[in-house]
Amino acid sequence: MSVWEYAPAPESRDLANLQPAYRPFVDGEFVDGSGDPLTSVDPATEETLAEVGTAAESDVDAAVRAARRAFEQVWGPMPGAERAKYLFRIARLLQERARELAVLETLDNGKPIKESRDSDVPTAAAHFFYHAGWADKLDYAGYGPDPQPLGVAGQIIPWNFPLLMLAWKIAPALATGNTVVLKPAETTPLSALVFAEICQQAGLPAGVVNIVPGAGDIGSAIVRHPGIDKIAFTGSTAVGKEIQHAVAGTSKQLTLELGGKAANVVFDDAPLDQAVEGIVNGIFFNQGHVCCAGSRLLVQESVAEELLGKLRARVSTLRLGDPLDKNTDIGAINSAEQLAKIRELTASGEAEGAERWTSPCELPERGFFFAPTVLSGVEQAMRVAREEIFGPVLSVLTFRTPDEAVTKANNTPYGLSAGLWTEKGSRILWLADRMRAGVVWANTFNRFDPAAPFGGYQESGFGREGGRTGLEAYLHV
Amino acid sequence: MSDRVSVAKTYKLYLDGKFPRSESGRTYPVTDSAGGFLANASHASRKDVRDAVSAARKAFGGWSGATAYNRGQVLYRVAEVLEGRREQFAAEVAACEGVSTAESSAIVDAAVDRWVWYAGWTDKIASVLGAANPVAGPYFSFTVPEPTGVVGVLAPQSSSLLGLVSVLAPVVATGCTAVVVSSAERPLPAITLSEVLATADVPGGVVNVLTGRADELGPWLASHADVNAIDPTGASREARVDLAQRASNTVKRVLTVPADEPDWTRRPDISRLRRYLEAKTVWHPKGT
Repeated sequence: MSVWEYAPAPESRDLANLQPAYRPFVDGEFVDGSGDPLTSVDPATEETLAEVGTAAESDVDAAVRAARRAFEQVWGPMPGAERAKYLFRIARLLQERARELAVLETLDNGKPIKESRDSDVPTAAAHFFYHAGWADKLDYAGYGPDPQPLGVAGQIIPWNFPLLMLAWKIAPALATGNTVVLKPAETTPLSALVFAEICQQAGLPAGVVNIVPGAGDIGSAIVRHPGIDKIAFTGSTAVGKEIQHAVAGTSKQLTLELGGKAANVVFDDAPLDQAVEGIVNGIFFNQGHVCCAGSRLLVQESVAEELLGKLRARVSTLRLGDPLDKNTDIGAINSAEQLAKIRELTASGEAEGAERWTSPCELPERGFFFAPTVLSGVEQAMRVAREEIFGPVLSVLTFRTPDEAVTKANNTPYGLSAGLWTEKGSRILWLADRMRAGVVWANTFNRFDPAAPFGGYQESGFGREGGRTGLEAYLHV
Repeated sequence: MSDRVSVAKTYKLYLDGKFPRSESGRTYPVTDSAGGFLANASHASRKDVRDAVSAARKAFGGWSGATAYNRGQVLYRVAEVLEGRREQFAAEVAACEGVSTAESSAIVDAAVDRWVWYAGWTDKIASVLGAANPVAGPYFSFTVPEPTGVVGVLAPQSSSLLGLVSVLAPVVATGCTAVVVSSAERPLPAITLSEVLATADVPGGVVNVLTGRADELGPWLASHADVNAIDPTGASREARVDLAQRASNTVKRVLTVPADEPDWTRRPDISRLRRYLEAKTVWHPKGT
């Protein structure tokens, strides 16, 4: 069989309109933050992209005061129908600047351009468009007549989907009449600061949205600020627990979207080729930097060998490399720190007796890359079956009966998502009932939509984002 | 001729469908509002908490997996049995809370009606909170509310029956199972209510009632990894911060409750049901 080589098809880096420096956005203006500037790095090349001004506690305080003022004087009193129009404007501006944002996101995060272009940015715009429509229809959301906003929301988001997580946080908060102070992740602050510019272009009143880049200490300052009414956090379970602890006993409302260790369960009657595509998407989408990633493959024993063969063959075809190349399937790991964590956990899997198979793809000389890896013969007690790796590493376990599949799938303190693969409809519904997880994908994986609530059970957090259910997080109910 | 000597009841715990004493052997005297001796109540321990959580976890699969119609009928049956024992409860509430018999009768009536109200919710809440999601793609996506799991309930300290029913009924109506720490000073209606539950076809372990101190037992519930949610109503204000902090270690849902006991006679809304439910979204492709 002849092999057809791909010609490089890189997206132009210039489209990102990269600036040498970015600054915090407080009260409608870009300001010099009092924190130490950080440099944002392209994880695919390890080159510095830009210098980013960060907030100090005093800047967080100024942002909270601006948000409070905007809440009391402008945004809170504004009729929902008018708020809606600002959100529609933002949705349109995101669509208009989609190509720029996609390239910027790929540079800053390392994710393949086809993902930022086809998933992150359009879904972010969709979130604003969806929630815009709610702003003047909250009476119909099921929380009684005229439900009231909470006030100022402090929002802290992760680095895996920088713009999309921003949209998940800001769109519902604004639609329900809250104002926000948002901290983007330390390693991926750029798209949030371009979003701030979009707020200016939309004519959004000053103080409604404030963006304060910084590290964990600024997140902590937000969590502890007495002028904030609500904290929304997406990130690791460990940090989520710290936040819940810090908020305990205060009047702050809290929603948490935390880690996961999702089971992707494949039965012997599943269409295996289709399942392989779902498994690949489930764990290798966004380099596995996905809280709901299908990181535990549970396959029925009778088809385990066949499936593993097909899976390895398919994973061998994944193209790893320049995230800006439109052919790239696997981009860069977001940071050296994350790469070290993935390496350490994968090594622990080998040490504990799992069989390691790694795609024979070449790794670029520079940048943070990790080849797609499948660990088979994994036992439930191993760390790679229990801990979130947050990288392109799949742990494969087997089961014999549906009951065993359920028990193993639910054998985790997490509970964010689950995948099911079987042709039998009654079995899908039976399993869907029994998965202790907030999202269940049957014969598909990693589907997201602003109209569909997303969030976890147990230690994957509480509260939902999206749909009518998601509005609850920002209303007095 | 001598007056007949009445047979006094031994008040014990309600655990896994049975009525054991505290494994600790501890008891404490319970008095009426005038200070007169009523009974010795079991003084539940940490070990009793753990046994109760195990029982509640074991019962969760069956109770949450029962049909909503079935759960509704069981909870309605609780109201039926409670109605039949109105006078006993009125006397116990009057003794514990120091109210007149007329007042305590009204409290019992309200408690019966509360069970009826929540019984009717079991097969309706999913259609009120759930949804078919109009997603942008060829998928059927729907969202259903599912019970959170095992709930630790620190029952109100003042309202020994109506308050207890108001915090317990929504837990079991959703399909969750409960470990209840009763009012410390007024525990007797809680144990008598357990007898109602035991004879109303509520499966053993679905509700477990411990008599004792909320501030002693609450921290064990809040730090137990197999408890999914905590209602701190019966905890002292000072203790609530500690409970919420402990709860954070396993990301428990902690109910936001008013600083002081609310007026339990007020018509409830669905906010308590909402707190014990998790939204689950299921996707499936559409195709040929």
